[in-house]
Amino acid sequence: MGADSNSQLLRIEGLSKRFGQNIVLDGASLNVPHGSLVTVLGRSGAGKSVLLKCLADVIRPDAGSIHFDGKPLTIGDALARADFRRRCSFLFQSNALFDSLTALENVALPLEQTTDLPDKEIRERSLEALRQIELEAHQDRYPSQLSGGMQKRLALARAIVTRPELVLFDEPTAGLDPLRRNAVFAMIAKYQRQFGFTALVVTHDLTEALIASDRVALLDKGRMCFEGTPAEFSASTVAMVEDFRDSAEALGRTLAAIRRGEALQSEDS
Amino acid sequence: MLRAIGRYSLSIVHELGDFALFTGQSFRSALGARRLGRRIARAGFEQGVRCLPVILIVGMFTGLVLGLQGYYVLNRFGSESLLGTLVSLSLIRELGPALAALMLVGQAGSALAAELGIQRNTEQIAALETMGVSSHAYLITPRLLAALVVYPMQTALFVTVGLWGGSLSGSLLLGLEPGVYWSSVEHAVKAQDVRECIIKAVTFGLLTISLCAYHGFNAHRCSSATGARAVSASTTRAVVQSSIIVLAADYIITSFLV
Repeated sequence: MGADSNSQLLRIEGLSKRFGQNIVLDGASLNVPHGSLVTVLGRSGAGKSVLLKCLADVIRPDAGSIHFDGKPLTIGDALARADFRRRCSFLFQSNALFDSLTALENVALPLEQTTDLPDKEIRERSLEALRQIELEAHQDRYPSQLSGGMQKRLALARAIVTRPELVLFDEPTAGLDPLRRNAVFAMIAKYQRQFGFTALVVTHDLTEALIASDRVALLDKGRMCFEGTPAEFSASTVAMVEDFRDSAEALGRTLAAIRRGEALQSEDS
Repeated sequence: MLRAIGRYSLSIVHELGDFALFTGQSFRSALGARRLGRRIARAGFEQGVRCLPVILIVGMFTGLVLGLQGYYVLNRFGSESLLGTLVSLSLIRELGPALAALMLVGQAGSALAAELGIQRNTEQIAALETMGVSSHAYLITPRLLAALVVYPMQTALFVTVGLWGGSLSGSLLLGLEPGVYWSSVEHAVKAQDVRECIIKAVTFGLLTISLCAYHGFNAHRCSSATGARAVSASTTRAVVQSSIIVLAADYIITSFLV
């Protein structure tokens, strides 16, 4: 938490958001260093996606401040917001691909609509992005004709084609089996290093996050209750971190207790 | 009771204001939009080419029925020679713009509302915003600008086919001299009638496409339903309100122009 503010690409301080009576973010703070892969962990409904959507300006926070590359992103400061959007990409949990556009058109879309590059260069850069994530052969297919993993990669290609400095990943492994979860985290780590962007990932997949991330934060009840390296997370004595970390052991203990209860019942009968 | 009426009235005023802002922002977004020409051409294709069969079919049958009914009514007064006048003025002043707009609402408007509703539900619109792409400039502005061209063109086609339908009924089936029919058309139609027709077509195009876009774009704000049901509800509301607004606007424009 006490990291040098100059080395931070993104600095979030006291971010709050409520929907009616439901407080989702309650003064959440987070530092994301340049070139790092930071994962925000938390239970379902902890406010992880809302945190990302506040960053991406999809949801407007009620209070708090966001600093990007040392500059504050003030609500109403259109220029600073536009600069942030130009340098940042968002990968939605649902991928949010345009189903009426082909894979190539999906990747080309941000370049076509936000730059004045000639068509030929847009096509070359889009094909290059598809080639880098090994989807070039599927450039004319529509998202519905691609597998779940391919769609995730296509969404990533669209996110990186503008060469952003920061990529926000919203639950990239939600609903995937363990093998695919590993593959997606490996893909994020690989491309994060290959393209040199800073990655902020929100997920509840602890094992993969601890292996792939440079830093980990834990969001609980709208606040960050832990922020540090994976090694510090593993050694932390913060109650919520222990609960989260030891959830598998807790399940084992619960199941053992249930089995013991069954054994006692069978002895009684 | 009074409170409920007041609340309902306020919600209508609020929605009207919101709709006006939405339409205004869509036009304003044209200023900074990139590659707008292509998007307009695509929207023109969707609204124009895809709706062409229904415009031609309905236009033809409208002309045929007008010719048939008109001939029998005029025949009572021995004025069959005025059939061309009746068919042409009915089509150009009223039926052409109104029916063409209703057909376009049914085909292009409903498709637009449903498409935008699904795009809202699947976060495609949010994705555009996070990419720094104006969703208004990308999704709404091209449709609105295309409608300003497509609606008058479709109306002109509707009227032309309808006139031929009237001619078919009157001349081919009922024995009226074709020359008499087309001559009365020529004498009846004045520049003012054509102007009224174009004004109506442009107004209907602007109102219906922006209304359908508004409901689809804001499908997530639907208070009575969520998800697929919200898309269905917003599409239904878009089509019903657009149909009503075409007829209401028709009456208002006619009362000012006649």
